[in-house]
Parts: sequence; structure tokens; C-alpha cells
Amino acid sequence: MAVESHAYLAAETGAAAAAGSAVLSNAWLLIALPLAGAAILLLGGKRTDSWGHLLATALPVASFAWAVLILFDLLGRAGDARSVAVPVYEWISVGSLSIGADLLVDPLSISFVLLITFVGSLIHIYSIGYMAEDPGRRRFFAYLNLFVAAMLVLVLADNFVLLFLGWEGVGLASYLLIGFWQYKPSAATAAKKAFIINRVGDMGLLVAIMIMFSALGAVSFSGVFEAVPGAGDGVLLAVGLCLLLGACGKSAQLPLQAWLLDAMEGPTPVSALIHAATMVTAGVYLIVRSGPIFEGAPAAQTTVAVVGAATMIAGGIIASAKDDIKKSLAGSTMSQIGMMVLAVGLGPVGYVAAIAHLITHGFFKAGLFLGAGSVMHAMNDGVDMRRYGGLARVMPITFATFGLGYLAIIGVPLLSGWWTKESIISAAFGVGGTQGMLLGSAVVAGAGLTAFYMSRMFFMTFLGEKRWDEGVHPHESPLSMTAPMVLLSVGSVALGAFLVFGDRFANFLAPTIGAHPHHFDLAHAFTAPYGLAALGVLVVGVVLAWVVYLRKPVARTAPRGNFVTVAASRELYGNEINEGLFMRPGQVLTKALVAIETHVVDGIVNGIGTSVRDASRGLGRAQTGFARSYALTMLFGAVVVAATLVVRL
Amino acid sequence: MFLADNLPVVTENPPVLDWWLLAPLLTVFGAGVLAVLFEAFVPASRRRPLQIGVAALALLAAFAMVVLQAGSLPEGQVGTTVAAGALAVDRTVLFLQGTIALLALVSLLLISERRDGRDAFAAQAATVPGSEEERAHILAGSQHTEVYPLVLFAVLGMLMFPAANDFLTMFIALEVMSLPLYLLCGLARRRRLFSQEAAVKYFLLGAFSSAFFLFGAAMVYGYAGSVNFAEIRAAVDAGGAAIFQEGNGEPLLLLGIGLVAVGLLFKVGAVPFHNWKPDVYQGAPTPITALMASGTLVAAFGALLRVFFVPFGGSAGQWEPVLWIVAVLTMVAAAIVAVSQRDVKRLLAYSSVVHAGFILTAVVAGSSEGLAGAMFYLAAYGFTTVGAFAVVTLVRTKDGGQELGDLDRWSGLGRRHPALAGALTLFLLAFAGIPLTSGFVGKFAVFEAAVSAGATPLVVVGVLSSAVTAFFYMRIILVMFFRDPEADGPTVVRAGAATGGVIAIGVAATLLLGLYPGPVLDLLPPSGEEPAAAMADQAAGTG
Repeated sequence: MAVESHAYLAAETGAAAAAGSAVLSNAWLLIALPLAGAAILLLGGKRTDSWGHLLATALPVASFAWAVLILFDLLGRAGDARSVAVPVYEWISVGSLSIGADLLVDPLSISFVLLITFVGSLIHIYSIGYMAEDPGRRRFFAYLNLFVAAMLVLVLADNFVLLFLGWEGVGLASYLLIGFWQYKPSAATAAKKAFIINRVGDMGLLVAIMIMFSALGAVSFSGVFEAVPGAGDGVLLAVGLCLLLGACGKSAQLPLQAWLLDAMEGPTPVSALIHAATMVTAGVYLIVRSGPIFEGAPAAQTTVAVVGAATMIAGGIIASAKDDIKKSLAGSTMSQIGMMVLAVGLGPVGYVAAIAHLITHGFFKAGLFLGAGSVMHAMNDGVDMRRYGGLARVMPITFATFGLGYLAIIGVPLLSGWWTKESIISAAFGVGGTQGMLLGSAVVAGAGLTAFYMSRMFFMTFLGEKRWDEGVHPHESPLSMTAPMVLLSVGSVALGAFLVFGDRFANFLAPTIGAHPHHFDLAHAFTAPYGLAALGVLVVGVVLAWVVYLRKPVARTAPRGNFVTVAASRELYGNEINEGLFMRPGQVLTKALVAIETHVVDGIVNGIGTSVRDASRGLGRAQTGFARSYALTMLFGAVVVAATLVVRL
Repeated sequence: MFLADNLPVVTENPPVLDWWLLAPLLTVFGAGVLAVLFEAFVPASRRRPLQIGVAALALLAAFAMVVLQAGSLPEGQVGTTVAAGALAVDRTVLFLQGTIALLALVSLLLISERRDGRDAFAAQAATVPGSEEERAHILAGSQHTEVYPLVLFAVLGMLMFPAANDFLTMFIALEVMSLPLYLLCGLARRRRLFSQEAAVKYFLLGAFSSAFFLFGAAMVYGYAGSVNFAEIRAAVDAGGAAIFQEGNGEPLLLLGIGLVAVGLLFKVGAVPFHNWKPDVYQGAPTPITALMASGTLVAAFGALLRVFFVPFGGSAGQWEPVLWIVAVLTMVAAAIVAVSQRDVKRLLAYSSVVHAGFILTAVVAGSSEGLAGAMFYLAAYGFTTVGAFAVVTLVRTKDGGQELGDLDRWSGLGRRHPALAGALTLFLLAFAGIPLTSGFVGKFAVFEAAVSAGATPLVVVGVLSSAVTAFFYMRIILVMFFRDPEADGPTVVRAGAATGGVIAIGVAATLLLGLYPGPVLDLLPPSGEEPAAAMADQAAGTG
């Protein structure tokens, strides 16, 4: 039975939702279907080997269908009646602490549900082809289903504790999937790294929940947000920063970003689903969902924006420096999520833009990853872009779909990425003052970086000369792999316009996130200075990449003697200017940043690990094995205990 | 009551005993005495099944009676005391006693497990390890069925410990619980010298800590003029016994609190009174380790909660800083040391120390939420840890002989034995506090209580420490699943019905308490009251 809920900005929204229909009251099916798939495949063992992957694919599709039904149910309601709480059962109840396993279906959560189940379904289908030869296929599909279920728990939860359950669940699934190819030590290490860095973030979330319960007396969304106006500034700041720490861990934002690049050790469909389209965006969801808290703590909100901006730039530079196609895409993911985090750091005005960009990014980035997987499939699992080149003709479908994703992500006007990126840029400049100028310029610079590294990737992979290894015979991938890529590329082209044009998505989300819908002015986007600036950096980025990576042949390994420079001396001059002015400083800068990344940041992280280990050995020495020294320790302890008590007098 | 009516009066004030309320303790005690008689009169060949049967029946009966007593408590009434105020029978005690009875029953399954006619205990403990005589006993198939009466007496002590309502009864319970355990620790069949060393250490340090406890109790008596908890509390509120003026007796009370605390903190294994745990847990026969890690911990924390909340409840301002320090030390030091452990049993021992630190944060909270959180944590942790130790008993050296605790040798265990390693993984995830396991609900309950009581820094330390512990639990999982099996890796012996049952119970409890903790949470003291309100504490003579 669905009951009324307090839309969590109850003060403005007033009327609550009416009792729900059967579609809504059974919203738990969304989660139960993929969860059942995981259970059947894991418990059923080898018996399910032959058909398990088909079942596992059918269930997220069914969840998606259910989510569409729910969407239409919601659309049939008045704007302020679209927030419906669906109780499932009372999970923990003791004294004043009562936590229900309740779901919250509202425009924000259903947007995520649709993204997760749609992209998730496509990636299941893709995996049928991609994992066809893998002996662990059943286990793989079980983990994928587990992930989808956990991610749905995360976005459908009606309180922070249930959200935390999903949060941990996606972490676990991500850990299992990164380390899926356990026989590779690098995969096992990457899985561990991801798990541990995520635990740091999880602690932030957990502490935030504890503080909410003690200071605000609630852990449910509605309860917490009702208590926000009466809460002290310090409490809100502490909760906000702890939530941000949690978001940083899951979304690979500075300073907890180090795991995402290593996570590319997992199978490519995993990178597409978890480490590009869905799980890594959980941090953005968390901050938007906790909006009232951040609005009550402006300092925390500013920190969010700064963290996002820094990650956006750092991710872009890393993406420009990597020759591994998946790692380059991972850097790009960091950068794009940094952009979304920056946008949510702007406050309600940026929420719609951030979520819209999150959804379109989910489509084109998943498409790009699937394209990369298709290329790797064709190139005997090689990931070095210096060994690609000229693939456009042998893999036309991959080329076309990847190409559309590429055009969308760099923000070619009227494609999906352009609409949502323009929204973010205009929202950032719209803040006004120095802050608006700085953040807006940062986004424009980030967009320029995106154009550069994505063009570089696209040129090196599909255009130019063939630089293939011997024995590599590229071929187009099977239909089960290309069909999802085609569907995603449709989204890459049209989804942005569908969401942003006419403020469709903004009006849909408005009642939930309480934002005054930000009107998107199409003409203004082309004529405003920032719109022109964005187009300018786009052109500069693409041209730069063209000059460096297409006009001049790309070295297969480390740059070596270049015969073109001898043959065409006229161009040499231009190349040297290019190298001197752009490439070398760029390379030095990227190398420096990569060096900082590996030596300083990792050094600090590793240093903490080493010092714990050393401390452990030192303390372990106290465990001598002699009863007399133990007794002495106890005596010492007793003296301290007694002294602490008595000396206070 | 009826006894007093029917018997001739032999003293001026015959003790008024409610036999029904004492029945759980008396049942276990009676079974223990009966078991000793079996040892004397029943032929050796028939003792074992008889002993197991009697012990299991006694524990089951004790559990059933505890449940009935809890059910018969009138709504809204917290409980009462029996035997002239010596023992409390209230909801808190009954919950802990029921938990202990169940944990002891599960441990008994492990203790009774035999493989090729051999159990986990020495054939003849009196022989010199490695001697001809020992070999003769092993060949003759000798066994120590004395283990069962010893276990019953230890469990009797555990049941009494959290119920004791005065310091003398508590001390007796402490000794009744500890003495059989000292013996049991030295009875391992394999690595006997190691086991005996552990037993001697445990005994020496245990005696040392008992002395602290007794000394502290004496000082408190000097201050309050009574050992009864209710009277001590009244005396604390009144500023000491009549002989003291204007609070000049306070140093006596504080020293008393400190020394009693040392005795109890030793039993729960908090830093710096924890050194015995790794050595003893590793040396003792694993089924006994399971009993100690679960039952003893519940009993010791039950006593600790009662002592700090009832007699010393009025001095919370004084003892809280001490427990703050101890809790921080425990959570930090034990977690750090655990990182470099290479032996699974030692690692579980350090893990037990860290968990004691987590539970101490709930004690520091000093609220009824803290009491409820600690109680839930104890029950959840108990079942998980018994299950984990049950897994340890199955992993052995190539010849199926002694247990192989060396983590490096566990490589690839998960690939050869996915079910076993899967169960252990679940237990480890529960220790790490991952949601959907009992460990998460427990951690949430204690940390939430501590934050509500304003001990947020303590919780931050706790959460950081739990991140470090998650690291070494993950390492075990990694070793089991992500490393290639070694050629000369361990043998996993087939789980017998008893061990298999223990693991299944552990898995079921860990999942149930994580997924649907409601029914158990309902048994806990309600929040919003003084924690002492959940504990019956009449003064001596009025019970």
C-alpha cells in the first residue's frame, strides 16, 4: 500500500501525494527482480550455466518496464503529488530509533531508476556477446544483477540508512566485478584499492548519519529536512562535509579519486555500467538528495563546487595523458562527474543541470565504453591506442556509434552533451560575482580539455594509419554488442534536446528539488559570450588534437625518428611551433600532474598504509609471550586507571 | 516459598528463596554435579553420549526457563531480585542469560564434534606431551569426558556473572566461570605444550585481575558499608557511609571503582588488559575458544554494564573519562596490531579485542540506548564468532591433523571450498559491519547511542578503527578467493553434523539479525530512561 508522503520540502509543496496505485505500491519489485536473478544464479550453481545469463538479462529489462509504468503513473498526477513513499517493512525499530525499509518514488528517484535499468539492460545484452567465451559468465551476470539491485536500493531509499545499505551494496558489487578476473594480480589489487578508498568515503556517510540522528533526531529524508531550519550552523556544516566525503569516495572526486583508473581492470561492460554511467554518479545523487542540508551550510556547498572544479580539470589532464583507451575514458569520467559536482555546488539552480548532464553522460559515456570494448574485442584485448588507428573502415558500426558519442561529449551544438553542458555553464555564470566567473570559466576550460582529449582518442583509434600489432585482424562485433551501442548513440544524439528543450526535465524535477526552474534559452546559448566561448574552446581543442595526433603520424611506442619531418620540411616549422607552444608545455604539465598523482597523492595514501604497518610491528613487539610482561602491562594500566580517577580530585 | 513453609525453622531468618527464579542456574548446576557423578560411576565407554545428552538438555532447559521467566514478567515491570538481593532477575539479565545459554549450546556442538574417534581434547592431560605414555593413551583411545562437567560449571558462572547483584556474588560467579576455563584451555589434543602455556598464562593473569577486582570491592565496601549494589548506589548518592563527612571518603570509592573496573576490563579484554587474549585464544582448543569468545564475553560485559550502571551509576562523571581512554586505546591499538597478524585464530582474538572497544563506546554512552546497543551487539557478535571459529576447526594440515591457522597457507581456499569460504566471508563481513549483516545493526546501535550521548569523537575513532579492521578482514577474503591454491595447501576436513550445524546457525543468525532484527530489538530495554531502570536492584534482605 502506498501512503502519502511529505514531499520533503513540505513547506512549499503543501499537498501530499494521494494513495498510490498497484504499480506504485509494488515498486519494491524494481529491486526484487534483479535481486532474485542474483540469488538464482549464485545459489543455482552450474545448473543455471546454460540459461542463467538470459534470465539475468530479462530481469533488469522487466524492472525497466515496471519503471516506465511508474513514470506514467507519476506523470498522471499533479506536480506536487508526485512524491510517494512506499513502505516495505520495518527494518530496525528500537525506542526512538525507527528505520523502515521504505522506498521513495519521486521524479528524482525515478529518473535514476530509468537510467539505471535502461543502461543496465543494454549492458546486460552487450555482455551476452562480450562474455560469451568466459568460463565465469554465470557469476558475472549474477554480480551484475546484484549491482543493479543495490543501485536501485540506493536511489529508491526513503532514509539515509537504507541509502547507506545500497551504498555499501554497490561498493561490494563493484569490488566483486573489478576483481572479476581474479587470476590477474592487477585486478585483485585494483579491487582492493577500490574497496578501501570507498570505505574511507563510506565512513564519512556513516558519521553524517550518526550526527543527523543525534542532532536532528531523524534519519529519514523528510524528518531530517524538516529539522534542518532549526539546526545549528556547525551541525549542518559537519553533516555537509561528511556527506561530501562520502560522495567523493563513490564518485572518484579529489582526494579520493585514485581508485577509478585502476578499476578499469574489470571487464569493459562493468566499466561502462558501474564506473561510467551509474555508480560513480551516486555522489551527485547524494548531494542533490541532501540539498536542504547543503543549502543550510553555504561553506559546505562552496567546498562541493571547489572539489568538483578541481576534479574536473585534473581528470581532463589525466585523460589527455593516457594511452590506454579505458584509462583515458576513466579520466574523462572523473572530469565529467567533477563538472556535475561543481554544478550541484551551485545550489538548487545547478541541480537540474547536473542531473540532466548526469543522465545524458550516462548514455554517451556508456556508449563510448561499449565502443571501446568493441574495439578491444577486435584488437585481441589490446588497450594501447598507439596500436590502433584506421579502424573506421573495418568497424563501421562501432565507428559511427563511438563517433556520435564523441561528438556528444565534446558538446557539438544540438547534440545531447551540448544541451546539458550549456545548462551547467549558464547556471555557473548565472551565480554572478567572482565565484560565478571563476566557476563558469572553469567549466569552459573543462569543456575545452574534453574536446582535446576526446578528439585525440577518436583520431588515434579510428582515423590515421593502421598501427596494429601483427596477427591482429579487426572485425566488427556481433549484433548483441552493436545493438546496445546503436541504442545508446540515439540517446547521445537526441536525449539532451528532449530533456532540456522546453524545460521539460526541469519542470518534471522542480517539485522534488525545490528549484525555481532555470529556463533554457536556445537563442541566448548561441549568442551569449559564454556560449561563444564554449564553442571557441571546442574548436581549439579539436584543432589542437588534429594537429598533434592526426596531421602527424602517431608513434607506435615512445616517440622516435619521424620520417614525415624529413619528407615534408615545410610542415616541420609549424610542427615545431606547435610542439614548443602547446605540446611540450602540455606534456610537461601532464607529466608533472601524473607524477604528482603517482608520487605525491599515492605516496600519501601509501605512506599512511606503511606507517600503520610499521606501527603494527612496533606494537606487536609488546606481545612478548611472557606472562610477567603482560602482568606488568596490566599493573601499569591499573595505575593509570586509578590515577585518572583519583588525581582529578 | 513453599519450602520455608514446610520445613522446621533452623535459623532466625530463613532465606526466602524463589526456587522458580533460581531454576535456570540450579538446573545447570545440578547437571554439572550429575556429570561429575557420571565420571565416577558410569563405565568409560558409555560416558560420552550420556555427558553430551545431559549437558545439552540442561542448557536447553535453562534457556526454556529463561524464556518462560521473561514471558511471565508483568508488563511494565522490569524484574526482581532473589536470594536476599544476591541475584537480579530482570529483562536485561534474562536476555543475556538466554543469549549465553544458546551460545553455550552452540559451542557444545563444537566441543562434542569427533573425527575418527578423536575430539579436540588431549587423550590424557596428565601425561607429559610427547611421551610414550601419551602415545599409549592415544592408541587406547582415552578421552576426557570431564570436559562436559567443566563446561557446565563454566556456563553456570557465566549465567550468574551478569545477574549478580552484590560484589561477593559477582566475585564467586567470576571464579566459578574462570576456573573451569583455565583447565579447559590446557586440554588441547595437538600442540599441547602451547596449550598448557596458554592455560598457565590465563590462570596467572586471571588470578592477578581477580585480585584487583576483590581489592576494589573491598574498598567500595569500606566506602559504602555494603556489597549490595542498591545499597552502594544509595551510599554514593548520600556521599558515603555514615563515618565519612563531607565527601572525604571519595578517594576510597574512586580507587574502588578503578580496581573493580580493572578486573572487569580484563575479562572483556580491553587494552591494556588484553594481552592474554591472543595467546589464550590461539593456544586453547578451538571449541573452547569459541565458548570463551562468545559466552564469556557476553557474561563479562553483562557484569560490567551492571556494575557501571547500577552501583556506580551515580559516579558516571568520574568513570566515564577512564572508559573513554580505555575504549580509544582498545579500538586503536588492537586494530593496528591486528594488521600484521598472520594467524587466523590470533587475528580473531585481536578482532574480539577491537569489538570489545566498540561495545565500550556504548557503555560510555551511559544511556539506556547504550545498554540496548551493547546487548544487541553481544548477541550478534556471539553467534558470528562461534561460526567463525567453527570454520577454523575444519581447516587442517595435509594429514588432517592439527588446525592450520597460518593465513598464507589459506590461499585459494575459496576456490576449492566455496561454501565454507563463503560462510567465513559472511562472518568477516559481519565483523566489518557491512549492512544486511548483524554486525551492521550492532555497530549502528552502539555508535548511535554514543553519538546521542555526545561522545562523537569516540565514534569517529570507532569508525576509523573499523575501517582498519575492514582491511584485515578483506585480506582474508582476498587470500581465500583471489589467490591461486597452493600445491601443499591445507586440507579441509568434511564438516560433521555438529560443526556443520554450528556454521549454519552462525550464518542464519548473522543474516536474520541483519535483515530482520526487529523481534530481538523488541526485547531490549526501551530508550529514554536511565539505564539502571532496566535493572532490578533491591537492597539485601528485601528480595
